[in-house]
Amino acid sequence: MDRLINKENVSRRMTGRILLNLIFKVLFLLATMFGLFVLGVLLYRIFTQGIGSLSMDFFTNFASRKPEEAGIKAALTGTIWLMGVVTPVTLILGVGTSLYLEEYAPKNKMTTFIQINISNLAGVPSIVFGLLGLTIFVRAFAMGQSVLAAGLTMSLLILPVIIVAGQEAIRGVPKDLRAASYAMGATKWQTIVRVVLPAAIPGIITGAILALSRAIGETAPLVVVGIPMFIAFLPKTIFDTFTVLPMQIYNWTSRPQEEFQAVAAAGIIVLMVLLISMNSVAVLIRNKFQKRY
Amino acid sequence: MAVNHGSEQSIQKMIFEKKQQKNKRWNVEKIIPFLLLITAAISVLTTVGIVLTLVFETFTFFERVSIIEFFTADKWYPFSATAASYGIMPLIVGTLKIAFIAALVAVPIGLASAIYLSEYASEKARRIIKPLLEILAGVPTIVYGFFALTFVTPLLRDLFPGLEIFNALSPGIVVGIMIIPMIASLSEDAMSSVPRSIREGAYAMGATKFETAIKVILPAALSGIIASVVLALSRAIGETMIVSVAGGSTPSMNMDVTSSIQTMTSYIVQVSTGDAGFGTTIYYSIYAVGMTLFVFTLLMNILAQFISRKFREEY
Repeated sequence: MDRLINKENVSRRMTGRILLNLIFKVLFLLATMFGLFVLGVLLYRIFTQGIGSLSMDFFTNFASRKPEEAGIKAALTGTIWLMGVVTPVTLILGVGTSLYLEEYAPKNKMTTFIQINISNLAGVPSIVFGLLGLTIFVRAFAMGQSVLAAGLTMSLLILPVIIVAGQEAIRGVPKDLRAASYAMGATKWQTIVRVVLPAAIPGIITGAILALSRAIGETAPLVVVGIPMFIAFLPKTIFDTFTVLPMQIYNWTSRPQEEFQAVAAAGIIVLMVLLISMNSVAVLIRNKFQKRY
Repeated sequence: MAVNHGSEQSIQKMIFEKKQQKNKRWNVEKIIPFLLLITAAISVLTTVGIVLTLVFETFTFFERVSIIEFFTADKWYPFSATAASYGIMPLIVGTLKIAFIAALVAVPIGLASAIYLSEYASEKARRIIKPLLEILAGVPTIVYGFFALTFVTPLLRDLFPGLEIFNALSPGIVVGIMIIPMIASLSEDAMSSVPRSIREGAYAMGATKFETAIKVILPAALSGIIASVVLALSRAIGETMIVSVAGGSTPSMNMDVTSSIQTMTSYIVQVSTGDAGFGTTIYYSIYAVGMTLFVFTLLMNILAQFISRKFREEY
């Protein structure tokens, strides 16, 4: 019997192909799990290494030459000070730029240039921003290794992130809302302040938190700017010198004594808890308040 | 009449006030765009600042060290008091070693993850896995550095007894892990944007999911995938803390990955944490190295944009 479709032949060929599909499905799944597995190992290792050094004293002590007395008082306070400078500067510059690009900018070469410039700026290694901060803020403007100099450097570093997030949020506000506002006699700026910004604010805040959490974890630019790693006092103004958590961790990590590794791990736990809670808040805001029009 | 007169006056007054208000409003309307333009200009000024800073300080460096030596000499001995040599090649070799090892780790794993997420995973699984991978991307680099030095290096030394404490292998692998989410996420975006109809066309011809992914989706999304790899490698080249903590500080030209190396970024860190004073040749050398790094990453970013724009398949 000569049939058009030879069932045996087909099924023989298909088993191989279906098996291949299955094998690769498992391989692809394993590859996906690999990243998550490493994340798990990393968190577990750091937790077990550092939990022993985590105590109340760890938060209230300054850095010390003795590992058992070392604490993060200066570093944690410094991180908060740094955020005190970075948050307002990036919010004003970031939201301002995204408003300009989305609402006001004419469609011309200048605007395209600004847009391309921002996306290229996002790809510049953070250490190069450190060189910029060292030359312009620390030396040319004579700010020294201050909270202000470091804060401005960090602000420029995360600016592209917040601009892109702001632009996406503003673009997500539908034209109808704007048109309705204009129809009521509102001017452009009134429309922006009372209609566009309130609707875009969840997206902007989410982007801002993610950008700030990047600034909290960055080390390289601050190393180049020359922020000290060993400090036993707190800054009183933004013109004082200071240190931050990642710098303190870097200092402890690069010490040869084994005991400091535990202290470094404890510092990392604090840093990671800070970052993960910030990220959770960002995701929460995104899921809770972001309206779909 | 007196009442009428009063109301006339007040209407006039109201019109006058309204006009004034309107004037004020118009002023705001004119000032605001200008203020916003200034904030937008800051981002351009930042780029200008970076370029000018690097160019000026690099020029000062080249007044002391010849540009030919910088690019051709094969030794980087800036700290030698008697025979200082500034040849950037060893630093570039160290940087490329890290990027190469990172690519070996991140390209297969990142691509496989992207294929799984885009072609195999259910919507629910994707919604759980993607944010978790994003956490991996958000881990600070100093934490990765600590992980490389205290976990990956000892682990590798158990496997390869000849490995030095500071080597290229361990930070290379960890940089690779760091850029996995970037390749996975960007490639997944590229694959997901291949239209459903093409995918279903392949299924209708009897292709399995694997065959569809490899023979149909991958070629269709290739420009986005290559762009994601180039972007991720540019991140690997600019990565600083992992290589500073776990890579050591020995500039070398050899292809050995088991011994201590120095990258462009870790050299800048070494000088910044050391005590080379302002105005010394060593001080200016970090700008020349930073300039080289900047040009490397800028070219790669432009290449990535060019690839994704030029070779995009339009449907």
